[in-house]
Amino acid sequence: MTQPASRSVGHYQYEERDRTFLQERINEFEGQVRRRLSGELSEEEFKPLRLMNGVYLQLHAYMLRVAIPYGVLDSRQLHRLADIAAKYDRNYGHFTTRQNIQFNWIALKDVPTILRELAEVDMHAIQTSGNCIRNVTSDEFAGAAKDELMDPRIHAEIVRQWSTLHPEFTFLPRKFKIAISGSPEDRVAARFHDIGLLARPGENGPLFRLFVGGGLGRTPVVGQELFDSVKEEDLIATLEAVLRVYNAFGRRDNLYKARIKILVQTIGLEAFRKAVEEELARMDRSAYRLTPEHVAQIRARFALPDLKAPADAADVLEQHKKADPVFARWVASNTHPHQDEGHICAVISLKTPGAIPGDVTAEQMHGLADLSERHSFGEVRVTHLQNLVFGHVRKDQLHELWQGLKALGLAAPNVGLISDIVSCPGLDYCNLANARSLPLAQKLGARFGDADLQAEIGALSIHMSGCINACGHHHVGNIGLLGVDKRGAETYQILLGGDAGENAAIGGILGPSFAEDEAVDAVARIVEFYLGQRQKGETFAAMLKRCGLKAFKEVAYETV
Amino acid sequence: MKLFDLSGRKPLEAAAPVPFEEWKETRQGTAISLAPDVEVEELRSHLGSLTLIVLEFPVFRDGRAFTQARSLREYEGYEGEIRASGHLLPDQAIHFRRCGFDSVVLPEGANVKDWEDQLGRYQFYYQNTAVSPA
Repeated sequence: MTQPASRSVGHYQYEERDRTFLQERINEFEGQVRRRLSGELSEEEFKPLRLMNGVYLQLHAYMLRVAIPYGVLDSRQLHRLADIAAKYDRNYGHFTTRQNIQFNWIALKDVPTILRELAEVDMHAIQTSGNCIRNVTSDEFAGAAKDELMDPRIHAEIVRQWSTLHPEFTFLPRKFKIAISGSPEDRVAARFHDIGLLARPGENGPLFRLFVGGGLGRTPVVGQELFDSVKEEDLIATLEAVLRVYNAFGRRDNLYKARIKILVQTIGLEAFRKAVEEELARMDRSAYRLTPEHVAQIRARFALPDLKAPADAADVLEQHKKADPVFARWVASNTHPHQDEGHICAVISLKTPGAIPGDVTAEQMHGLADLSERHSFGEVRVTHLQNLVFGHVRKDQLHELWQGLKALGLAAPNVGLISDIVSCPGLDYCNLANARSLPLAQKLGARFGDADLQAEIGALSIHMSGCINACGHHHVGNIGLLGVDKRGAETYQILLGGDAGENAAIGGILGPSFAEDEAVDAVARIVEFYLGQRQKGETFAAMLKRCGLKAFKEVAYETV
Repeated sequence: MKLFDLSGRKPLEAAAPVPFEEWKETRQGTAISLAPDVEVEELRSHLGSLTLIVLEFPVFRDGRAFTQARSLREYEGYEGEIRASGHLLPDQAIHFRRCGFDSVVLPEGANVKDWEDQLGRYQFYYQNTAVSPA
């Protein structure tokens, strides 16, 4: 097998047929736009077609959502996204909770040109929307984290390819989201996806724990384990079987009851599993077998980073930390242990207090792309919490990277802390929203912006959605905020106790909703109560369990 | 009624499909039409006497018939003609063919060229189907 001339670290390197495929897809979309303009296609018919190419009609303009498969970009792609932001949008892009990037101010006529410019760097917007299998998400520390059991990105790419223009599953009852992680620490919210996969190595090759029927939205449900150990060779067959059962039996009469979680809830996990097993029993398994040869072919198109670091790299980092306490604080919150002793994963917060969560300007994107070339093999990852990660940074060069980030205004030391707020775009952009979410997120970010205060509070997540569709995942924040319409006024409900990981839980609603400023004050009182009452080392979730929701409720509504 | 050939098998133009529920009673003819909520296993004992199965799309977004067609081919070994009928878009042509459909009933005013163009659009596909390996 010939090795590609130059492979990217961290993602699949396209070959010629992948590039041809993208061109054919763009030609197809151009034809669809033409047929829409000529009236040959009605808006009803055009809508699902444009959605499957990432084009939404929002409140004020078209939005283009670009796929970032398993959240990994290379520097040349990030430079191109910056160019698109400057040329076709208002000079910025918005990273989403599904590891994609959105441009919120796009003209429909520019879309085919933008898609061609993306295709030049092996990017696309395929299946970032619509009732089909969406972009596959993965762990932001894949292939780097010390706690990882196996790199999930090879199989994420296999699932991406399998799901691309799948002939049977392009007109599903509703959207379908798949996430895959290879760490025992569930960093992909596997139990909140239509299918969540947790990969681990087995004696005879990889095994996949498969969760089904999780999701947020109007009806939050924790996914259930369908199979404990799917073999690698059966991975595609099993996905086919689950999707077939869903395509045949998922509800199509009610948009809000059409996700697979409702089907699994309605017939029960046992009946669902039986249906999937019947499919598998009837299936021509040889036609769907994922062979070791195919996996090896895909794996060969991923470049591995050359992890060489000086023997004293870790010592140098310790010296830098000692000399510069501000840097030390950033290291404490914004890094994650790497498999290699001389390296570390750096998390770049896109939650500078007071700024819009997930937004990055064109200049920042160019600057980040340059920094990634110097410090992380040109590889940049997007996290489902709307931050960025440099996966493989030499410990002795971390201080230099941090200075570069400071110069870009991207050195907020708040990852995992209270001002690391996840938020949807809300009523400022979205025509589904009941309330704006960005101003509240900005106010909360500013309220808790002080670095000392944040460090004192410790790990605490705030998630904010502008409506019950829950794009900001408010159900899984330690503190969740939900925009609701109360007789024409934008108000906010508070939820407490959500968790997206191993101990998956859906937050409980505290009580009646608050006006915007009241909500900020109520959150502040909740946090003060936590600070005052917590026992040594007690997490927010643990104290909530000990004291009960009622105690927090009394505090939240104290002066309202 | 104008038919469009997807698979190169000559469509059975003269056949007059009867709804399956009706056909079960009379067993008249060898052509049936099937609603999207019927499981194709119900046809199992009858497949030997059928030459045409028409699968219905109440609206183009309702993709259940894709699974029905693929099940007929892959699970039931049905070798007769499968035809799509109802609200169909030329943009779906390759999906029809790859799930095992042979023909479509062209909607009123359809542009045949759109259908032809779509069939030749892609040089390869990313996934196997039992009907059409990649």
